[in-house]
Amino acid sequence: MAVFGKCIRGAALLAGVAMVWAAPAAADTIKIGASLSVTGPASFLGDPEAKTLEMYVEKLNAEGGVNGKQLELIVYDDSADANKARTFATRLVEDDEVVAVVGGSTTGTTMAMIPVFEDAGIPFISLAGAVVIIDPVKEFTFKTPHTDRMACEKIFADMQAKGIARIGMISGTGGFDKSMREQCLEVVGNYGIEIVADETYGPSDSDMTPQLTNIKNAAGLQAVVNPGFGQGPAIVTRNYKQLDIEVPLYQSHGVASKSFIDLAGDAAEGVRLPASALLVADKLPDDDPQKAVVVEYKTTYEEKTGQPVSTFGGHAYDGLMILVEAMKRAGSEDPKAIRDEIEKTSGFMGTAGVVNMSPEDHMGLDLTAFRMLEIRSGDWTLAE
Amino acid sequence: MPELLQFCVSGLTVGAVYALVALGFTIIYNASDVVNFAQGEFVMIGGMTTVFATAAGVPLPLAVIGAILVAMVVGLLLHRLAIEPARGASPVTLIIITIGASIFLRGLAQVVFDKQFHSLPAFSGDTPIRFGGAAILPQSFWVLGGAAVIVVLLWGFFNRTLIGKAVLATAANRLAARLVGINTSFVMGLSFVMSAAIGAIAGILVTPITLTSYDVGMLLALKGFAAAMLGGMGNPLGAVVGGLAVGLLEALGAGYISSTYKDAIAFIVILVVLFALPGGLFGKASVERV
Repeated sequence: MAVFGKCIRGAALLAGVAMVWAAPAAADTIKIGASLSVTGPASFLGDPEAKTLEMYVEKLNAEGGVNGKQLELIVYDDSADANKARTFATRLVEDDEVVAVVGGSTTGTTMAMIPVFEDAGIPFISLAGAVVIIDPVKEFTFKTPHTDRMACEKIFADMQAKGIARIGMISGTGGFDKSMREQCLEVVGNYGIEIVADETYGPSDSDMTPQLTNIKNAAGLQAVVNPGFGQGPAIVTRNYKQLDIEVPLYQSHGVASKSFIDLAGDAAEGVRLPASALLVADKLPDDDPQKAVVVEYKTTYEEKTGQPVSTFGGHAYDGLMILVEAMKRAGSEDPKAIRDEIEKTSGFMGTAGVVNMSPEDHMGLDLTAFRMLEIRSGDWTLAE
Repeated sequence: MPELLQFCVSGLTVGAVYALVALGFTIIYNASDVVNFAQGEFVMIGGMTTVFATAAGVPLPLAVIGAILVAMVVGLLLHRLAIEPARGASPVTLIIITIGASIFLRGLAQVVFDKQFHSLPAFSGDTPIRFGGAAILPQSFWVLGGAAVIVVLLWGFFNRTLIGKAVLATAANRLAARLVGINTSFVMGLSFVMSAAIGAIAGILVTPITLTSYDVGMLLALKGFAAAMLGGMGNPLGAVVGGLAVGLLEALGAGYISSTYKDAIAFIVILVVLFALPGGLFGKASVERV
């Protein structure tokens, strides 16, 4: 009997020790989840996003964490597969019991995860582009990147300012290109601009001179816009020069990388495009309110990873910082309280621009998020 | 009228590349009955090797020769390591092997080179030549001229040299060729090496215009195969005419009808031709071959 009693006491003691040991660990960290496309076809999105989150969570913890607690980041790799993303979303909610989620690299994975987080009441900040994520507004869903429609609006506003009213459009038939073309067609009327020629090309086409010849021959042409992604816009730009088309050529934010200038060569001279301030961080004037943020992020990212900065990693930075600010304001880790504070985000300066969220707008960016760039002597210059 | 000229120049330039890929198909098909779907990868190897060699500081002419040699070695290895061990297998099995080889080569290129698009400087400048209202890149003349030279050389090889005649004999009847003392295994290896060289030359000539990356081969193989079918599988003249025709159809379809449906237009015309002439434009009415 005595032996039995000792055993009971020993077990109770053991259990007590285990609980004491576990309890502070659970209370001292704030769990943040992420399901990103680190590998697979969208790895160019997920890879810099995951690196950015890890880098900044580490940095925040070194500085003492949030609300006196350390952050614990849980990242899953969904390789751009919507089914996997949904499974990971459930795991984040049920097993890991996270208080908030950043990411969803692609629109597909994001849309698959939204129902899980909406049901569980976990705030979810997506890093994907499409407007459907936040339109219509969903209670717990937010996003940080600008939309295709805003890129169109930025281009058309620039044209309007220059008195351009008749334009040609040449777009690819790939996913990004097609979506942006549709968005452009929807908003073009608001700027008093008429599309006089509308041509397309396939994602792996290697010669667009027939399409451009037709556009060139359209009566009263004043400019051409090319919503596109990948190598297509570089070939369009080369063919454009070959055919000696005199009117200005506008490209989209889809080609805002150094490789576009390398591929298009001399033909890129004078091409205009809307892009994130991150690309021209060191060229921004010192009084630019965004300069400090983008220069800090760019330097940190490039020092840590040794790779050139990309706008996609910037979206992850914005998402994490918006979340951290909201948690600080809420002063708690209650998901509902965090959600309410995210929605109240105002005047937040991120790499994508100023964020002012509201119950009607869960993205909160305006057109200042984009800078109009012009390519001069093989480099980006600010056109405004 | 200037548009027509512009469309034709575009179509012929792209068509010349299809023609060279189709020629590669034809040579291997004649010697071995195999439709080599890794043909597009030779084009990629030619372009990518030249790009990376010039980037490493090798002068362009040397890089070009090096790239052609690399492609020839890959062609020889493809035959020795993949096709030769499976000799006696049915042509369908061999075709599947070449599809596997093309996937392997594409994967290898991602590792050896990278996944980005690359360009080469044009051989004689980027200033377009204005002719009758059309703007023609000097590189287009390189592509068209290069294709013409290769066709003439091939014609000479097949009709004026003993080895060429041995290849033709093997194509006509493998058993009979072996009986008269032709080393048919050598002839098949030779056909892979020649096809690889032609593909690589096409890739080098066209890279300044169309850019290149590890996966350009897939689409070129498809278009080249369509061109070879249109011309009549196994007929070198048919391959050239078929390639130019597919290129022209695409350019004229995009220019005059609809750029969205240009590939469909080209393939519909090919289907119609094959309904009327199942052997292709220059093909023999053979029902036995796949």
